[in-house]
Amino acid sequence: MSTSDPVVEGPVRGDSIAGKNRPQGRASSLRGTTPMSERVVEALLMGCGLLTVCTTAGILFILFKETFAFFAEVPLAAVLFDVQWTPLFLDKHFGIWPLVCGTVLTSGIAMLVALPFGLMSAVYLSEFAGPASRRVLKPALEVLAGVPTIVYGYFALVVVTPALQELVPGLAGFNALSPGIIIGVMVIPTIASLTEDALHAVPDHLREASYALGAAKMPTIMRVVMPAAGSGIAAAVILAIARAIGETMVVAIAAGQQARLTLDPRLPIETMTAYIVQISMGDTPNGTMEYRTIFLIGAALFLMTFAMNVIGFRMARRARRSST
Amino acid sequence: MSMKHGSRSQFGEHLFQAVALFSVVLPLLLLLYLLGDVALDAVGRLDWDFIVNYPSRKPENAGILPALVGSLYLILLTAVIALPIGVGAAIYLEEYGGQSRLASVIEVNIANLAGVPSVIYGLLGLGVFVRALGMGRSLIAGACTMALLILPVIVVVSREAMRTVPNSLREAAVALGATRWQSIRQVILPMAYPGILTGAILAVSRAIGETAPLVVVGALTYVTFVPDGIDSPFTALPIQIFNWISRPQQGFVLNAAAGIAVLLVTMIILNALAILLRNRLQTKAR
Repeated sequence: MSTSDPVVEGPVRGDSIAGKNRPQGRASSLRGTTPMSERVVEALLMGCGLLTVCTTAGILFILFKETFAFFAEVPLAAVLFDVQWTPLFLDKHFGIWPLVCGTVLTSGIAMLVALPFGLMSAVYLSEFAGPASRRVLKPALEVLAGVPTIVYGYFALVVVTPALQELVPGLAGFNALSPGIIIGVMVIPTIASLTEDALHAVPDHLREASYALGAAKMPTIMRVVMPAAGSGIAAAVILAIARAIGETMVVAIAAGQQARLTLDPRLPIETMTAYIVQISMGDTPNGTMEYRTIFLIGAALFLMTFAMNVIGFRMARRARRSST
Repeated sequence: MSMKHGSRSQFGEHLFQAVALFSVVLPLLLLLYLLGDVALDAVGRLDWDFIVNYPSRKPENAGILPALVGSLYLILLTAVIALPIGVGAAIYLEEYGGQSRLASVIEVNIANLAGVPSVIYGLLGLGVFVRALGMGRSLIAGACTMALLILPVIVVVSREAMRTVPNSLREAAVALGATRWQSIRQVILPMAYPGILTGAILAVSRAIGETAPLVVVGALTYVTFVPDGIDSPFTALPIQIFNWISRPQQGFVLNAAAGIAVLLVTMIILNALAILLRNRLQTKAR
């Protein structure tokens, strides 16, 4: 035990539980008063907990402070009612829709990939796999979510795009399709594991009732188990969409960094997250318009993902409650 | 008639199961293929020179030393900052907070923080640590940002570890006259320590691959020195890889593949370390 840990200080093991402070501790707890040191410790620990709340407050403060500074110079209408996003050009336009469109496009493609694979993976793991293959396949699937996003970005640009160019005519070197597919692969584990939890929570007597009525396994799963797990599955999908929207490096590398209002997956586009990276890679002087736009986009991104996470968590909790 | 119907639905059942299995296996095969592809690209560039050299304008001379050292410093600092705070918050929620209003606010907040995209943490770090607190684009600003990013994970794994400590031990400690903090420090934390440490290493090993927050906080892309203090400018493995990917020359793409190999091997070593530690500490605890 030579490892020094910053948290677990003092006697670790092989030490009597009470130590030399025992009488004092007992006396004070019998009297019902808490010694000063105990209260200090509790306050410190509470401070650690409160720091996480400060993180949220800090995010809100920073994002909205710069966003308000932005709106002091540019009217809201210029953001909402313009279809061009060109803050770096001489002729500046601040229409947010090209970036939103890029985000929706890549996330949409991602969900087209992640939904069928994620749902069917969950069905296999929950309804078909034996304990042995579950023990192997479940962690293996989790690895998909553990690979760094920079690595997925490399895959999208260097491997997937050239392969797709053989199949899809007119596919540009930077496009929405390839990063969309790769993000889809990345979020498969999110959908699979949350859906599997939901399927597990469906009580067995529903399955047995279905079998007793003469239904085979496939109709039982599709018509009884999946509908019963409906809100849990919906939660899984919403949380996965939030992850896809927030994904940054894959699109920053492989999607092209060209804000464009299009739903054509073959063209270079730019997502909200990729724009933040693009500006950050340059030298952004404090207080300039470019500097403020990344906080504006960050605020929009935060609101979108936050809303989806809140809805997703609510649904997941409701699903857990109704199944117990 | 019924026989035929039976065999047809039998076929449908088998097909359904096969499709389900295929849905698990295909993404895994794709990942294996992609990793194999990286390995093939990387193998020509991976040698000792690549590890100990500095970046260069010529891809074949370029090395990864500043990025590797930067990443190791960064995750060490991140762990030193995040671990005490995360475990402290976990202790508060598990042992003190109970059903109180404050505890449930903190709990919901942590769940929400875990869903915030990492690039937003970068903006937080840029606004607070780099600008407001005047840390500049330094190692410590990057580490503070990363610490906030992994804090929710540290809290969750620490709470799980503490929950595995049976209540009878808490009661025994109190019965012996220990105060609350004494029972936490001398009974609960030592028991939960393997789980906390394992979870922390896993969280940190994920942080080492995080790119977006560091880009926003302002890690440099072309660094020819090893950071010499916590206020030094720095680069990190994923930033260096990103820089190489962004260049058109094929030589730099191979460098990126080699950098990815170094990054993944570092992560695998950390993960293996976590598993080893857990196994050793658990057998010791028994």
